[in-house]
Amino acid sequence: MSLFSKENGEVFMGPLNLNNPIAVQVLGICSALAVTSQLKPAIVMGFSVTVITAFSNVIISLIRKTIPNRIRIIVQLVVVAALVTIVSNILKAYVYDVSVQLSVYVGLIITNCILMGRLEAFAMQNGPWESFLDGIGNGLGYAIVLVIVGFIRELLGFGTLFDFRIIPESAYVDNGGLYLNNGMMTMPAMALIIVACVIWAHRAYNKDLQS
Amino acid sequence: MEHFISLFVRSIFVDNMIFAFFLGMCSYLAVSKTVKTSLGLGVAVTFVLLITVPVDYLLQTKVLADGALAEGVDLTFLAFILFIAVIAGMVQLVEMVVERFSPSLYAALGIFLPLIAVNCAIMGASLFMQQRILLDPETSTQAISGVGDCVAYALGSGIGWTLAIVGLAAIREKMAYSDVPKPLQGLGITFITVGLMAMAFMCFSGLKI
Repeated sequence: MSLFSKENGEVFMGPLNLNNPIAVQVLGICSALAVTSQLKPAIVMGFSVTVITAFSNVIISLIRKTIPNRIRIIVQLVVVAALVTIVSNILKAYVYDVSVQLSVYVGLIITNCILMGRLEAFAMQNGPWESFLDGIGNGLGYAIVLVIVGFIRELLGFGTLFDFRIIPESAYVDNGGLYLNNGMMTMPAMALIIVACVIWAHRAYNKDLQS
Repeated sequence: MEHFISLFVRSIFVDNMIFAFFLGMCSYLAVSKTVKTSLGLGVAVTFVLLITVPVDYLLQTKVLADGALAEGVDLTFLAFILFIAVIAGMVQLVEMVVERFSPSLYAALGIFLPLIAVNCAIMGASLFMQQRILLDPETSTQAISGVGDCVAYALGSGIGWTLAIVGLAAIREKMAYSDVPKPLQGLGITFITVGLMAMAFMCFSGLKI
């Protein structure tokens, strides 16, 4: 089997759309909702999850034949926890302000269901290269939803993107304009409703996903 | 005493695991189909929280913290691995207890019982506890400075989580009969329900005790 065969392409592309971890498999919702009030932490989080999913998939796939079945969850957790510790320290060293903003949610990547779900469902049965593609695909599928939600929430809630002002200062009520930020968008509750709208649009477009 | 009550009530209503921090959403969405099963899962989560948070607190203060084990030794970077090991061990124990005493609940919870180990609410409570140790107990009502505080915090978080999942299950049982647009059925409408419940819980955010 070649490295870029058709099957491998599907392993990679599936999670981006028809098998999206958030919208279809309902995995990894917690952090998807909590870190998306602005675009920058959403992208850093999406990137961290992609890297960790890919490498934990590869590691577990390499040692899958030697793991005793009964203690596989603990083995998987230790591998993931080690990777998360590394990523968390890298974030603290290079993007300290984002790592403060993400607070406990970096540590919570350990218990992110995407990781455990993919390790159980894919890496335990497949070779390292397929697992790597699967990890990257699922991580990116997760990141896409995060970016969409983060984009909507930051634009409507703060009037900025990446802290860069999109809606001009002069348009605000304080400065004699007519515009007000939607403060509701910065609240946790709206994250749920925006994710619901993303799922709604996704299922309206892909009719065969409807239940 | 006041401090315990404040921690307890705030962790149920204001810092609710589901509505304020979205922790434990995966099993929250998947198991909340009937009230009975969700109550069982809520109790199991509360029980695991009650044991893991105090144990992790002792680990954090007596072993991991800077200078706790020996002068100049800071093992805080091991916190993630140690915490998750404690949680996974505890969940294994709870699984055996539930299997022994309530086989019907064991069957109903299915895969979600072992998955409590990767329930973010459990790990999240330990990580929030780790942050709150740094707060000053004189000025902050949120500070955790002893095993008693940990128990109050864990019990409150667990009850808050149970309250949220039982509430959602009750609404979903009723909603089975309503006419929801096709693409929104199932997952979509559940998210919107949780969003509305979260908005309702936002009115507790000014609560001061």
